[in-house]
Order: sequence, then structure tokens, then C-alpha cells
Amino acid sequence: MEKILVGLKRVVDYNVRVQVKSDGSGVETDGVKMSINPFDEIALEEALRIKERGEATEVIVVSIGSSDAQQQLRTGLAMGADRAILVESGTSVDALTVARVFKAIVDRESADLVILGKQAIDDDNSQTGQMLAAVWERPQATFASEISIDGNTARVTREVDVGLETLDIDLPAVITVDLRLNEPRYVKLPDIMKAKKKPLDQIPLADLNVDGAPAVIETSFEPPEGRQRGIMVEDVAGLVAALKDKGLV
Amino acid sequence: MTKILVIAEHTGAALNPSVAKCVACATQVDGADIDIAVLGASVAGVGAEAAQISGVTRVVTVERAENDPAIAAILAPQIVALASDYSHVFGPSTAFGKDLMPRVAALLGVNQISDIMSVDGSHRFKRPIYAGNAVVAVEAPSDHKVVATVRTASYQAAQGGNSAPVESVDLDVELPTHTRFVGIETGQSDRPDLQAAAKVVSGGRALASEENFELIYKLADKLGAAIGSSRAAVDAGYVPPETQVGQTGQIIAPDLYFAIGISGAIQHITGIKDAGTIVAINKDEEAPIFEVADIGLVGDLFSIVPELTDALG
Repeated sequence: MEKILVGLKRVVDYNVRVQVKSDGSGVETDGVKMSINPFDEIALEEALRIKERGEATEVIVVSIGSSDAQQQLRTGLAMGADRAILVESGTSVDALTVARVFKAIVDRESADLVILGKQAIDDDNSQTGQMLAAVWERPQATFASEISIDGNTARVTREVDVGLETLDIDLPAVITVDLRLNEPRYVKLPDIMKAKKKPLDQIPLADLNVDGAPAVIETSFEPPEGRQRGIMVEDVAGLVAALKDKGLV
Repeated sequence: MTKILVIAEHTGAALNPSVAKCVACATQVDGADIDIAVLGASVAGVGAEAAQISGVTRVVTVERAENDPAIAAILAPQIVALASDYSHVFGPSTAFGKDLMPRVAALLGVNQISDIMSVDGSHRFKRPIYAGNAVVAVEAPSDHKVVATVRTASYQAAQGGNSAPVESVDLDVELPTHTRFVGIETGQSDRPDLQAAAKVVSGGRALASEENFELIYKLADKLGAAIGSSRAAVDAGYVPPETQVGQTGQIIAPDLYFAIGISGAIQHITGIKDAGTIVAINKDEEAPIFEVADIGLVGDLFSIVPELTDALG
């Protein structure tokens, strides 16, 4: 295969405890650390390994959003991607429109494989990869924990609720990745320098002539209902008594 | 007219508990007519089981050899064909539903509402974002179908006792051959299913080895509980991935949950916040798990857990 596309979403960093704004209009993102969605890093690592095994010739990282996302694309280039594409949009883009944008890029690049994270840790939707596969009319293998390529077929092991399922899918296809697939490499300083010279194309969203999907409107935000801190017991006897009290044992 | 089609997850022999929970969510939509679709190779038995769920008007079965085992790319076009009579299509936010429903949504030209936790109207729902750190109220476009997954931990299963009619439907839909099932490896366990269990015992990184998880298994067996785990325990290889509870694992709501040697990262807590009673056992009294625990015990799990297992006689 030749080209693998990998999606990199810029999200609030995994370690940030997100707060809802006091007026309920959104969550606080001012001055908050932003990173590549962790699942997308795993997707990129896997694409790089496929290329390093000689099973693909080029890895292209793609992001959709404001020019700030260049930062995440540069990190992707430093990890080892060959080039980057930023589809610029001043406003947030819904999942189905993102899937259609990816389809437009897939067509431009004649991509053989798209690897995405199984979900973004901001909206926790878990839908873009499946939607891309649908609009592309190609196979999907979601929640991958193992991927091997054999010519025009990929064998993918998926993490499902009862265990591990294995599928064979014909390429081109979409794979979304789970946590256990690999451990992404660390970026070294010389790679960051090299990444500055790698191509990063910026395409205004409007230039792709993608139909916008009917949007789901986010009307208000609130903090979750918290659980109350309960009681502390001193020992096992106290624990058993408390459980008996609640009729649980 | 609000008509909701619930897509049934099943094994071919039995209905998944998520179906009755999706129906419970659907009954929250005012005046909705609720049907269940069961797609499989031979599903008369599962269809009959679905017909017993209270609140269901009709069960539609679609039998094709290609439908077993379930593959999203094969089921999705059939569900799209069924969906023409409905205003809403619901599935569970299990691995099955998360894989399938976005593909259905995209084919229908809409975004999916993921993980409904409450219903505020026929097109208005609440759902968790940022690992449950925030809840967002969303409104789907009123002139389009609503495709959604239901956060099953937010709902109690609808009761049985119904006898809705079951109708077998033939669909003239061309199915792709680009996706082929190879096999499935399941943890051979006699223990209860994590999603369905009333009691769950979870272990974390502090167990420190696969062998030490024997302590967790013994306590679980004494309680008749399912086994859960934290991401750290799975990453360390102590337990298989299907036991992971949390944002990127399973979201559960048992009556009783034991978090043993689990510090309680927000990503874990989001998977258990609807549990009835949370018991935390941890040697670090500052561990965040104690902030959400109903009963906390600070101490060494390696002495506490065997003692507890014995005490439960």
C-alpha cells in the first residue's frame, strides 16, 4: 500500500480536570494545556510502524480546526509523519462533516488506509471513524488492539465487551484504535528540528466543497452530579457491618 | 408521530441486557411507539424474548445468514432500510452499539447523539463529555431522524411481562463482502457478566501481579460478583482488557462496587458513578477514590481482602 492517513485532533490534555464555565456556556479552555488526542497518537504510532515494516510508503497527518492545530501536526511530523494537512475552520466542526472532510482528503490523496483514534477525549463521541467508513462505503474495524497487513487485506483484532474479536477487511479501509495497540514513541529534539522543514499544507474548509451535516446544537453545559463522600471504617469488621447495614451482604 | 426503533444486541441465543435498558430510555420520550429490531441468522427465540419487554409495540426480526456474527458494515444498510418508518433509531453504548450506530447515522445523513443519559424531549437529550467532567444538553435537528446510543448505566432495565407481536421481515438490501469475521476469543469465565452483574469487584495497579489478582477472584466468587479492573491493571497485563472499567472501558452501574487498590482517576470514576454503593480499599488515605466512596477502608489490601473474604463466610 502507499498512503496512510492519520487524524490528529487537538484536545484539552488528558491530565487537565475540565471545569464547566459558571454561566454554563461551555467548558473552560482558556490557558489550558492542549495536546494530541491520546488515541490519535496511538493511531500515528501504528501507521509509522506499518511504514517502517515496508508495508506503506507515506504517512500523512490530517487535522481539522483553527491554525492552532499546526502545533499538534508539527508534533506528528516530529514523531515521523511525512507531511501534514490542516483543513482550516474557524468554528468547531461536527463529526459527520469531519467524516466528509476526511473523505474529500482520501479522494485527493488516493489513500489506502485511514487510522483514527477510537474516540476523542473531549466530546467522547466515538463516531468519526465509523462515519468515514460509511460515507466512503468501505470496511471499518473499530477499537483495534492488533493490526497486521497482508497485501490488500488487514487482519484486525478488536477489543469488544466479551473479549477479542478478529476481522479481515479489504483495503482501502478505516481502522480506529484502542489503548493497547502500542505505546507511542517519544519525540526527540533533532526530530522536532527536522519536522519544521516537512510540508504542512493548509486548506480552507470551504475549498473542499463538503456539504455540512445538520448540526446537533449544544444548548447548555453543567457539572456532573457529584457523589457524596461516605463513611470511613476502621477495619474489616466495620466494613462487613456497614455492608450488612445496607443489606448488601 | 414519534416512533423509536431499538436495535437489539444479542448472542443469537439470548438478548443482551442492554436492550431492556434502551427500551427504558425510549419510554422517556413522550408518546413514543417503541419497536425492537433483531437482526441475526436465526432469531425466533431472541425475538420472542424481546417481545416480553414492557413498553414494546412490535418486534421486527430480519434473518439472514450474513447477520451472524454481527458486523457493523453488514447490519448498517439493513437498519437504514428499516429506519424509513421511524423518527428515532436507538442502540446501546456497548462495543456493539458504538461500532454500529455511527455507521447507521452517517448513512442516514445525521450526526449521532452518543451516550444519552437523560431525555429532555423528543429531540433534546443530555450526555456526558470530558470523561464525565461535564454534562451537555443537546438538541438534534427536528427535521431529521435521531440516531443515538443509550448510556445503559443511566437506565434500569424495562420490566418483562409483555407479549408484543413478532414480525419477520425480508429486506432487499445488497450486503458488502469486504468485511469477514475470523474469530472471537472470550475470557472463559463462569463469573457474571460485567455489564449485567449486581456486584462487581475491581482490582487496580496495587495488586502488583497477575497472581495476586487471585485475591480479587476469591472475593468475587464469595460475593457472586463480576471482575472489573482499572486501566493500569490491564496495561500491566494482570487482567484481560474486557475487564476495564472507565471512560475508555466499560461504564457500569452495579448495586455494589469494590474498588481495591484503585486510586480513582477521573477516567475510572466516570465508569462507576452510577453504582449503588462504592466500597474503596486503598493504603493511601489521600486517594481520590475515597471522595466518591460510600464506604472507605484505609489499609493493606493484601491483609484486608483475604480477611474480608473469610468474614463473608
